[in-house]
Amino acid sequence: MTTRRSYEGVAVAVPVTVPYVRYSTRSAHWFLGQALQALVREAGVPKEQIDGLCVSSFTLAPDTAVGVTQHMGLSPRWLDHVPTGGASGVMCLRRAARAVQAGDAEVVACVGADTNHVDSFRQSLGSFSNFARDATYPYGSGGPNSIFAFITANYMRTFGARREDFGRIAVAQRSNALKNPNAMFKKPLTLEEYMRARPIADPIHLFDCVMPCAGAEAFLVMSEARARDLGLAYAVVRGAIERHNAYAEDPIMVRGGWRVDRDDLYAQAGVRPDDIDFVQTYDDYPVIVMMQFEDLGFCGKGEGPAFVQARDLTVAGDFPNNTSGGQLSAGQAGAAAGFLGMTDALRQLTGSAGPRAVADARLGLVAGFGMVTYDRCLCTGAVILGRPS
Amino acid sequence: MTTTTTSPAARAAAPGATTAPAGSSGSILGALVGAMLSGRIRVVDLTQTLTPEFPQIALPPEMGQCWPFRIEEVSHYDERGPGWYWNNFSCGEHTGTHFDAPIHWISGRDLPNNSVDTIPVQHFVAPACVIDCSEQARQDPDYLLTVADIERFEAEHGRIPAGAWLLMRTDWSKRQDPEAYQNFDETGQHTPGPSTEAVQFLVEQREVLGFGSEAIGTDAGQGYHLRPPYPCHYFMHGAGRYGLQCLSNLDLLPPTGAVLICPPLKIERGSGSPLRVLALVESGW
Amino acid sequence: MTMPLMRPKRKNPILRTRQMNLPPWGRGRVALGLTAAAAEGRFELQTCRECGAVQYPPRDACHKCLSVRLAWREQTGRGQLLSATTLHHSNDLFFRERLPWRLGFVHLDSGPTLMVHLHGEVGEAPTRVRVGARLDRAGRAVLIGMPEQGSAHMADDRMLREMTSDPKFRKVLVTDGKTPVGQELVRAMVKAGAEIVWVGHAEPWKNYGGLEDITALPQVTLVPLDLTNGRSVTELAGEIGGKVDIVVNNAEVHRTFGIAGRRGTDVAKLEMDINYFGLLRLAQEFGPALRGRSADGVTSATAWVNLLSIYALSNFPPHGTFSASKAAAYSLAQCLRAEMRPAGIRVVNVFPGPIDDEWNQHMPPPKLAPAGLASAIVKALREGVEDVYPGDVAQEWLERWRDNPKVLEREVASGG
Repeated sequence: MTTRRSYEGVAVAVPVTVPYVRYSTRSAHWFLGQALQALVREAGVPKEQIDGLCVSSFTLAPDTAVGVTQHMGLSPRWLDHVPTGGASGVMCLRRAARAVQAGDAEVVACVGADTNHVDSFRQSLGSFSNFARDATYPYGSGGPNSIFAFITANYMRTFGARREDFGRIAVAQRSNALKNPNAMFKKPLTLEEYMRARPIADPIHLFDCVMPCAGAEAFLVMSEARARDLGLAYAVVRGAIERHNAYAEDPIMVRGGWRVDRDDLYAQAGVRPDDIDFVQTYDDYPVIVMMQFEDLGFCGKGEGPAFVQARDLTVAGDFPNNTSGGQLSAGQAGAAAGFLGMTDALRQLTGSAGPRAVADARLGLVAGFGMVTYDRCLCTGAVILGRPS
Repeated sequence: MTTTTTSPAARAAAPGATTAPAGSSGSILGALVGAMLSGRIRVVDLTQTLTPEFPQIALPPEMGQCWPFRIEEVSHYDERGPGWYWNNFSCGEHTGTHFDAPIHWISGRDLPNNSVDTIPVQHFVAPACVIDCSEQARQDPDYLLTVADIERFEAEHGRIPAGAWLLMRTDWSKRQDPEAYQNFDETGQHTPGPSTEAVQFLVEQREVLGFGSEAIGTDAGQGYHLRPPYPCHYFMHGAGRYGLQCLSNLDLLPPTGAVLICPPLKIERGSGSPLRVLALVESGW
Repeated sequence: MTMPLMRPKRKNPILRTRQMNLPPWGRGRVALGLTAAAAEGRFELQTCRECGAVQYPPRDACHKCLSVRLAWREQTGRGQLLSATTLHHSNDLFFRERLPWRLGFVHLDSGPTLMVHLHGEVGEAPTRVRVGARLDRAGRAVLIGMPEQGSAHMADDRMLREMTSDPKFRKVLVTDGKTPVGQELVRAMVKAGAEIVWVGHAEPWKNYGGLEDITALPQVTLVPLDLTNGRSVTELAGEIGGKVDIVVNNAEVHRTFGIAGRRGTDVAKLEMDINYFGLLRLAQEFGPALRGRSADGVTSATAWVNLLSIYALSNFPPHGTFSASKAAAYSLAQCLRAEMRPAGIRVVNVFPGPIDDEWNQHMPPPKLAPAGLASAIVKALREGVEDVYPGDVAQEWLERWRDNPKVLEREVASGG
């Protein structure tokens, strides 16, 4: 049983994707602005009626959400800046939902947007966190590859996972991506190609890594009543959790914070893992996808390899994962990657997923994961979305 | 050449000159100038070039030391001074070719007019006698000039006049390598100089103006062990006489007849200074 | 087993010389505590004074009990390698130029988990390791996972050699070969595998003995060098500066006077002219060439050693002007360290107590033997240490100075 208040009455609608490009000379504000424009247009609300704003971006600096309000000509009465990368979609949704429930805002725009200049990657790394600066960057991988190499190698050794098991995840996601017009990767990926790809930081090879790019993802949070008034298709929030710096006592990451609160998640929703029709895991690296399968209750710890071998992870299969292709195949548009699962989940639940629709999708789970500050990601979150009853 | 009724001085002027030099009519100096212009009197440089590599006198480490010559650019047509080149330099009073004043030694400390700024300037132009000990110095770096050497010299060239410099030619200045020039071993320095008796003879019997050496000091390198120590400094300066060191080109001078020009810098209460030592030498030599 | 380093072939003169791209050098203030300890050769982490928890990464409040009373304590470094990887790709230029590069993830017995550079002799995870701290080329501490028992050629590990300034196969300039310390330094460098040792000497007519012995060594070349003469320094730099990998500036003048003990400034000026201005002249002339070759392969230019004195920290009045000249040199050496930083050249400052030489004749033991000083310097170069306090007196003064410099000042002034 949960002691938490439900998210009753909250609607999540209008999934928006600003198409990704590998490099852009434009600022994050441009992509953010495009997302807001699309939200306004597709929601059929005037911009002035957006009275809540939740922003996640790594490349707005020196601006934060505050600067965005003046830049975009918004005058919200509720504002939040949630710079938590891959967990920001879930976290923005949780905050926006409570604001709507409390009446602090009526229509909240949640946007994840980032640009990618040719040298963006190194600039954003340079000031990621104190601990990363002091204890990770000096060791030269110039990104989280080495951390996830450690985690993957340790997981493989501890639980007997093989590269082929991770490859199965990547290959299935690529298959999904081929049906996503916004995905950066357009060619199929075979297991052989996955296995043959060049090493980055072993055991991580090329297709275990995301491709950074520029783009934006966004959605609106409002009351169900308001959504119906606007004639918008929407999803409802059946449950949501987040946890930061979980399992700090684990010397190396083998489990994520979802495990701490997952029972509460399902209790909020009143469902079991078996009831979930699709999952949108946060896929910065396949090993983390596997851990989400375990820690979100779809199999036991260490059973991930057997689980992925036994299941079909494509949109037509028996366990659809990352219906958009995930960031591994769609691209990682900075903080927008934390919103990617949310927007595609909304499309699945509002009947706008086109050729990649999961048949009879009624319940979807979106997980978030982000902010490698030293040796692991600190933020985890998950939300169960469903069709309105 | 067309002759006209002209003065003897004018006739003595440079061949082809048609105008007599100013002030030349009949004066000694006029004759001198004329002789210099005509080349009958040459100026010989007896000075070592001041460079950082030139050795300086080395005392035991517990004592105060004479500074070596050091030079540092101020600018060289560059950002430190776009249109000019100049240097700052430093050295001791006794660095390089230098002059010793009587005040330099304890035996001369109380004499009148004993510092470089008070020595009568008349003394800075004086005749010089050059005694050749080059062969002896080649055989023996510790060679000491003896009274016998002086007497042999006078037998051939006449008595050393009072008020003349006595220069000891050893060709030591031809030793270009600083190590050879200093000539140290574990018992100290080995360079030629005058014996005690020779110095006393020159001071008392010949009233010389001073003593000049090609080596680093007027006294021999082992002069500390003579009695008294450093007899040339002791007796010369004690008698108000002078010293010249690190001379060169003494082999270009006649045994007698050269005139030395050697004014030291006018340093207040200075004990000596580096200087340009020049010799006027009549041609035919 | 580490492949022993082979003598490299002669450099191809038509190729551009690679320049240094420093590894990431940003560190917060607290994290620099790791660097301060590694500068002296120690691996230290913060320990909570209240609950004992060991902290990593460095921080301001205990991760267990929130106490801010965190003290840096030396670590054994013993731990378990949980995971290892080899980088085949990096966006960071330093690492990109040196791939592949091995990294490890270690669980220290004392608690924290550490990302480390991994020595080639460390086996696959899981295995025991010993973690140490070294200064990387940016002069910042990094953690190194090393085998519990290293082979004889451990120091030749490619990664470790980047962290250190090993004299092996390198060309060294010792600025004064006429003193016993200079001669022992030359011997120690030759023994450490230096390819060439240029030995400076001034005033060639002054022969103190001992020079012939080291001149007989085949690696040794005598070169004229007078640190009081700018031109001498310029000329030598023009001749060999482009080849020197390690400068060891041991030239010094040491006299035993304070203020009242000797009239005049000429002795103090001589001390300053060599101990301070000599360093300035040398650094102006040899600095640029060293900086230009700091990434020039396994025998790159790598270090500059200054022989200072523990009296640079706190004046020793009986040798008062000497102390002051060493204090001046120390300050300038810090300036040099900052100017060498972008090239990744390590400036090593050595602060011995009294050396067992003629100018310390009246100093009671313990005195540092010249051979002892020389081997401490070679050790510092091998281990990438940059602040060296060799010998008992230096260690003791350092401890008292760190504890309370004012109290040390008083004790020394009273003859303590």
